[in-house]
Amino acid sequence: MKNGKIGLLYIAPWLIGMVLLTIYPFVNALFISFTDYNLVRAPSFIGFANYVKLFKDTDFLGTLANTLKYTVFTVPLQLAFALFIAFILNFKLKAISFYRTAYYVPSLLGGNVAVAVLWRFLFQQDGFINRFIGIFGLGPVSWFSTPGGAMAVIVALKVWQFGSAMLIFLAALKDVPGELYEAASVDGSTKVRTFFTITIPLITPTIFFNLVMQLVNAFQEFNGPYLVTGKGPLQSTYLTSMFIYDNAFKFFNMGYASAASWVLFVIIVAVTLVLFATQDRWVFYSDSKK
Amino acid sequence: MKAAYVPSAVELRKRRKDAISAILRYVVLTLVAVVMIYPILWLVGATFKTNNEIFTSVSFIPKRIDFTPYINGWNTRTKFTFATFFMNTFSFVVPKIIFCLVSSTLVAYGFARFEFPCKKLLFSLLMATMFLPAVVTRIPLYILWKQFGLLDTYVPLIAPTVFANEPFFVFMLIQFLRSVPTYLDEAAIIDGCNSFGVLWRVLLPALKPALISCTIFQFVWSFNDFLGPLIYVTSLAKYPVALALKMSIDQSSGIVEWNQILAMSFLALLPALILFFAAQKYFVEGVTSSGVKG
Repeated sequence: MKNGKIGLLYIAPWLIGMVLLTIYPFVNALFISFTDYNLVRAPSFIGFANYVKLFKDTDFLGTLANTLKYTVFTVPLQLAFALFIAFILNFKLKAISFYRTAYYVPSLLGGNVAVAVLWRFLFQQDGFINRFIGIFGLGPVSWFSTPGGAMAVIVALKVWQFGSAMLIFLAALKDVPGELYEAASVDGSTKVRTFFTITIPLITPTIFFNLVMQLVNAFQEFNGPYLVTGKGPLQSTYLTSMFIYDNAFKFFNMGYASAASWVLFVIIVAVTLVLFATQDRWVFYSDSKK
Repeated sequence: MKAAYVPSAVELRKRRKDAISAILRYVVLTLVAVVMIYPILWLVGATFKTNNEIFTSVSFIPKRIDFTPYINGWNTRTKFTFATFFMNTFSFVVPKIIFCLVSSTLVAYGFARFEFPCKKLLFSLLMATMFLPAVVTRIPLYILWKQFGLLDTYVPLIAPTVFANEPFFVFMLIQFLRSVPTYLDEAAIIDGCNSFGVLWRVLLPALKPALISCTIFQFVWSFNDFLGPLIYVTSLAKYPVALALKMSIDQSSGIVEWNQILAMSFLALLPALILFFAAQKYFVEGVTSSGVKG
């Protein structure tokens, strides 16, 4: 459009921050991961020793398994809820803004420690959840002292926050042309069938976007387990991000923690790349995009 | 529809079916909404209950309204009150919002309205950082701030916003600026505005709804942030609300005064709730309107 230098001037703050606060730490993490570094003595180069140690460390391998489990439970559940509710909300309903708000509020507040406090409280032995399921003659469940129960608590906390994914789905559903639904209805297609044969294929780009976002987040989850269940019984809710936190900021094994963070990073990138590779098979972009 | 019109039997059946499915939708929506909101309502009710009542009643309506949990919770068992913790929180949340608005607007303006070398590459870099797992950069950043002697200050929390280091906001503003027609810029340039004048006089008014959205998100996220303060803030006098709450549930000595903790939890949620409900209109407008009227 105009003089190139002016544009660079405007983006200069971001460019500086990008180098200083993103690229440099990113590369530095890799460097530190090959060293033994406790913040007091200068880092000493030890090659792949941290990585070798990591893959023999049952604690670390356990956290990877837990993180995987957590991700496999939360992401599909959250997306399914978000899509299902967005689908219902997309019918012309009264009081839509009330419902939209009700579903969004948990996402808005979800990161707050207060919600973790509340969650810890609701799932206690004589807490609200056990009293509630008691009405139906169920339980009481020892949520925090059984591995499955503890995992269920932190999964529920995450799934409860499906609101932001739902808003993104809702915006995508609004873009599906109404004539398509009318045509399907004239052809005698049921609502459920229309949903699976018309709606879903048309919003696959949004599903893909939400899927990647939620996966990247779930793999790094920290607050929920750290605040609500801790490591959990038999370390069942000890996730990799907590392992990294403990090693870095409790034991000051910076090298070891950096190596763990790079392993987690590579896993996240690998999963994302696999998703991108499968994109051609199931994600349909309209002609205007891509 | 004409008065003489008599619907056929088939049509009547279809209408009844539609009515039933509409009712079904409302039932499902309401049930889910209750499940979503009940924990929060229950929290509000529990803050007025006695400790004993909390554990014996499923209902969220307390037997009486008693503000003692609020008063005792506010005063804490330390020498600080929650007034300090709230002040601490605001003393980094407010700068974060201001810096974020200024830097993100400048950078978004640069990307949306100018051509410069390597623009495509830089833009993809911006997008890529949106997905970059923060977990990788956390340790080196900590070491960096330690070397600068800035641990146990709010600088590590605020600094990223000075450099528009949160791509979400930049991206949102770029998207918004793209929807603002460029003829307004061009008219302003003909009138003798320089590039900053265009931003200040023409685009900023149009950007208002988007900037309000940015404010809401930045406020809520910074206010809720737990891991950042957990890593960087170590002295009690500088604790934000998030850390103070965490501390209160860790106190294992004596009887845990749950009603006090829940009362303070509710206060911690209140700012975000108030802001969200007050600005909901702008929130929706920020997405839909382009801000150009007449």
